[in-house]
Amino acid sequence: MKLHEYQSKQIFSKYGVPIPKGRVASTAADARQIAEELGGRVVIKSQVLVGGRGKAGGIKLAKTPQEAEEIATQILSMEIKGLPVRKVLVDEAAAIGKEIYLGITNDRAARRPVMMASAAGGVEIEEVARLTPEKIIKVHIDPLLGLKDYQARNIAIGIDLPREHWKLFGQIAMGLWRAYVDCDATLAEINPLVITGDNRLVALDGKMVLDDNASFRHPDLNEMRDLDAEAPSEIEARKYGLSFIKLDGTIGCMVNGAGLAMTTMDIIKLFGGEPANFLDVGGGAGADKVAAAMRIILSDPNVDAVLFNIFGGITRCDEVARGVLAAMDEVKPKVPMVVRLVGTNAEEGRRILESANLITAETLADAARKAVAASKGMKEAGK
Amino acid sequence: MSILINKNTRLVVQGITGNEGLFHTTQMLSYGTQVVAGVTPGKGGEWVLNKVPVFDSVKVAVDATGANTSIIFVPARFAADAMFEAADSGVSLIVCITEGVPVQDMMRVRSYLDQMNVRLVGPNCPGLLTPGESKVGIIPGNIAIPGNVGVVSRSGTLTYEVLYALMLKGMGVSTCVGIGGDPINGTNFIDALSMFEADPYTEKVILMGEIGGSDEEKAADFIAKNMTKPVVAFIAGQTAPPGKRMGHAGAIVEGGSGLAEDKVNALKTAGVKVAQHPEQLPDLLG
Repeated sequence: MKLHEYQSKQIFSKYGVPIPKGRVASTAADARQIAEELGGRVVIKSQVLVGGRGKAGGIKLAKTPQEAEEIATQILSMEIKGLPVRKVLVDEAAAIGKEIYLGITNDRAARRPVMMASAAGGVEIEEVARLTPEKIIKVHIDPLLGLKDYQARNIAIGIDLPREHWKLFGQIAMGLWRAYVDCDATLAEINPLVITGDNRLVALDGKMVLDDNASFRHPDLNEMRDLDAEAPSEIEARKYGLSFIKLDGTIGCMVNGAGLAMTTMDIIKLFGGEPANFLDVGGGAGADKVAAAMRIILSDPNVDAVLFNIFGGITRCDEVARGVLAAMDEVKPKVPMVVRLVGTNAEEGRRILESANLITAETLADAARKAVAASKGMKEAGK
Repeated sequence: MSILINKNTRLVVQGITGNEGLFHTTQMLSYGTQVVAGVTPGKGGEWVLNKVPVFDSVKVAVDATGANTSIIFVPARFAADAMFEAADSGVSLIVCITEGVPVQDMMRVRSYLDQMNVRLVGPNCPGLLTPGESKVGIIPGNIAIPGNVGVVSRSGTLTYEVLYALMLKGMGVSTCVGIGGDPINGTNFIDALSMFEADPYTEKVILMGEIGGSDEEKAADFIAKNMTKPVVAFIAGQTAPPGKRMGHAGAIVEGGSGLAEDKVNALKTAGVKVAQHPEQLPDLLG
């Protein structure tokens, strides 16, 4: 789960990271009010969960409260990369002397967290990482010991930070580390951390991504979830414990197991079709889950054929078959359906589905071929 | 014969009285696995299925029964603690089936286990199957027969597809290792490949990877340098869009890395035949 800039900065601030004075607003009037309270110049920043907000015109400077209101009006009516702007952050404007990058993420290959820093922070950090990786200092952190003071100091030295800032930089690095651990983040990032004109260190922008697997530990953080960033069908799927991702094709897929679900998408493509979604019904998929999965798949108007591929292990094929029947009764699908059931109680499952008007398949390849043919048939009939 | 587990494996089941634990204990027993103990804190002294004694701690279970392998079926929020406990109990192999373990928990578990003489398989995996001898996990026992093909996979049901396809062709398996779909796990491809290379009863190997991370590329490098036995492979997720997590916590293409195409190319360069779909794998083995 991604957090907004204002949410991330509030969390960082609790851990002793200095952030600019400011608040979030959902109306232009509120933005004006905040600008009046702050006095002086403010920066109005759209709060959407995509990168490149500045380049899209979603971050602007305002000299007066009047101007803040005008800019907020304009930004609050924007869409950035398809996402509506519902909130703006109004921060006091800082005189930027120097921009530093500081972040922590999981290094999968090293199997530990890595803290990264660069003196070349700012919006071009990804270019820096690509073109001049030596300008990025990396320090791996022992997950059992945590970040050590000397490691934070070595980072400060590594990015040529003036000595007068080492102490505060150490506090910021330690605060970021503690925020990352306490929130179960997979990414905690300050970019830029600036040295201001009056020689202070301030986190101008913040970003956090949280581990969904750890959400049981963080009921408070779960409330921060922004549903705008997800397709409605994906939100619906999560309610039923289904793993679903919408894609652009026409063949709906319902599969048990993530690896097999990906493979089913691949094989549809291999035989000339386009998958409409990734959907893993999970292990032990009962009838109600199957019915929900089918509703979600068929709610996509692009779907002109559906492929069920179930390899029964823990999941029992007869139970899945009953779910398919129940769902068909409820949804009354008008598109052809190809069903492949293998494994635990597959024969009983097939018998249950005999009465329904379904195309059956034996092998994975056979199932994909039939689904692609059915989809093509529908397209031709449509013309 | 086999790697990791065989007919002498003595198993303790952590979370034996839960739904999943109990169901799969029944399945493993009927397959012939020696399930010698179970652990559920607070239920020590009870018996499961009238034959498996339940203990309050893994250490007591191991001391009382001589268990050498543990399997974990506890919910995700307790899984890290269960892995620490198993590591401290003296077993040499831990198989964690549990799905959804927080990644920071796994980094701490892995860091701790690396300091000890114990191997972890998983988490978020289907476990191990040595056909005809022992099953430590949830792989259906009736879809594989004993033989000389080693199978290692990041996936669950996709692995079942391949075992089943092998069986239909009359081809048997030495051991099937499900290493799991999480970004941080206990056993990776290279660990399994080197065990298969050393196992006299394994003559060829199937590797099933998926998008995300770079373990397949590292495996390709290892195969080129160290494997004398033929390896064939399949990579799932060729059509997966970047930035979207495909069910498994580890299956995601991020920042231009973890692409299926790169993995396929690396494996091909290492002399590995790569199947376009999993049902081709038995034929590629020849």
